[in-house]
Amino acid sequence: MADTATTEIREAAMTNAQDARVPTVVVDDVHIVYKVHGAGSGKGSATSALSRIISRKRSPAIREVHAVRGISFTSYRGEAVGLIGSNGSGKSTMLAAIAGLLPTEKGAIYTNGQPSLLGVNAALMNDLTGDRNVILGCLAMGMSPAEVKARYQDIVDFSGINDKGDFISLPMRAYSSGMAARLRFSIAAAKTHDVLLIDEALATGDQKFQRRSEDRIRELRKEAGTVFLVSHNNNSIRDTCERTIWIERGELVMDGSTDDVMREYEKSNH
Amino acid sequence: MSTVSDSVNFSAPSGVDAGLTPKQLAAKYGLAVSGKRPGFVKYVKELWARRHFIVAFATARLVAQYTTAKLGQVWQVLTPLLNCAVFYLVFGVMMKNRDGITDYIGWLCIGVFVFQFSQSAVLSGTRAISDNLGLIRALHFPRAALPIAFTIIQLQQLLISMVVLVGIVLFFQPPTMTWMLVVPALLLQSAFNTGLALVMARIGAKTSDMAQLMPFLLRTWMYTSGVMYSVKGAVDSFPPFFQVLFRMNPASVFMDLIRYALMPNEYNKNALPDHIWIIATAWAVFAGVAGFIFFWKAEEEYGRG
Repeated sequence: MADTATTEIREAAMTNAQDARVPTVVVDDVHIVYKVHGAGSGKGSATSALSRIISRKRSPAIREVHAVRGISFTSYRGEAVGLIGSNGSGKSTMLAAIAGLLPTEKGAIYTNGQPSLLGVNAALMNDLTGDRNVILGCLAMGMSPAEVKARYQDIVDFSGINDKGDFISLPMRAYSSGMAARLRFSIAAAKTHDVLLIDEALATGDQKFQRRSEDRIRELRKEAGTVFLVSHNNNSIRDTCERTIWIERGELVMDGSTDDVMREYEKSNH
Repeated sequence: MSTVSDSVNFSAPSGVDAGLTPKQLAAKYGLAVSGKRPGFVKYVKELWARRHFIVAFATARLVAQYTTAKLGQVWQVLTPLLNCAVFYLVFGVMMKNRDGITDYIGWLCIGVFVFQFSQSAVLSGTRAISDNLGLIRALHFPRAALPIAFTIIQLQQLLISMVVLVGIVLFFQPPTMTWMLVVPALLLQSAFNTGLALVMARIGAKTSDMAQLMPFLLRTWMYTSGVMYSVKGAVDSFPPFFQVLFRMNPASVFMDLIRYALMPNEYNKNALPDHIWIIATAWAVFAGVAGFIFFWKAEEEYGRG
């Protein structure tokens, strides 16, 4: 079923190839370098730190990690793009940079509107209850109080938090990581984003939620957005994305249709 | 099949756009550099659009503060009361440091609460960004909303303390017309504190060492501001320059204003320093505007790295 869907989309992309597509994200020869504090071997004692400050030497504890090395691609309106690669290949870094959360060392990233990044780590505000988080998250995204009221029930229903009892009125620190990720996805997906970046968020939910969120991603794409998905679950990439970019050691290995890229990717892993 | 799809380059612009460089393509469709700081006017507008978020965030945080405590919201009143009790025990009873102030407990409590308003605005401002990285990295909104919300939390807490305070003051004297002056004084102090919180938020976001240093700076500020003694009496013998310096101290200025407003008997009008309302307004405007601009200048850097 998924295969026919992607074939359809690919054919549509080819027949429309003559029309100018509207770009949403332009990544132009981007390099990203992390500066990591507290690394390195040196003695971590207070006296050595003090003598470093006095001698004005740069701390040896700062090390640079070149996480992305010259990646370029352009994504267009209505696309869902999967990012694959082994652990530490630079996928998540790439997403954070598109979201504007990491500065680029070289090159530039141009986006349409404000991309929104969805990750699995951490809830919005742990001490607050789920319903407060829904309301605050929506208000923070710029909805009016009336809009929040109208959407509230949909968001809670979509997240499925209340399926097993009244969990929405509990503080989020009481949630399992899967529940927190689900609620967070539901909040972010309640609004149409020009560019939605998803980092492994779909892998955490149960199967039922995964299917629901895949449907929602399709809807978001229809509403003229672009979706990026980072995942180690090859099936969720196959089901949601028709285009896939394979990154390895911070470099772009392959950029093409999901079927082709996946075939090569799986071949290299055997 | 693979040969067909290989010929489709997913990245290359198609149709009339064919051949454009990425940069030209971005310019043509008006794409902006990701994470760029918005202009000042646009930023203010965005912030205004988030006013409901700021208020809701502040209220939610205030309520959540005591959710793990058994007594819950009672702590909102208990904390200021216990604070007063400790200071009264040490400075009022043990050290007999009353400076000839007859209604010492009321005088002391005003000092403690008013100073704490500024102190906690600074402290929570310092952590406003680093404690909310989850929120910052997940959703996009003007980051100034956070330090402003934290100042509102402190204001709400002060208003609760004020209720306790009015009770204490009423015990010693009947209400007077000067009580109305509390409103403009608190408004000015709120503007001043917001500016301070914005400055500290930017510094604290970059240098986490500040969180370690702040308690010492704040304690110094407290002991020089005359929370438990009268600054006026203490600096009389100082050189004129230092006298002016102490008189300009915003914490002392706001304390004086509220002490005068609530306890005009302690302060006959002559005892209030000259031009104090002008000094207070100047502090509020200067800190508010400068703090906001200072914070906005680094807007794109919060939550990075």
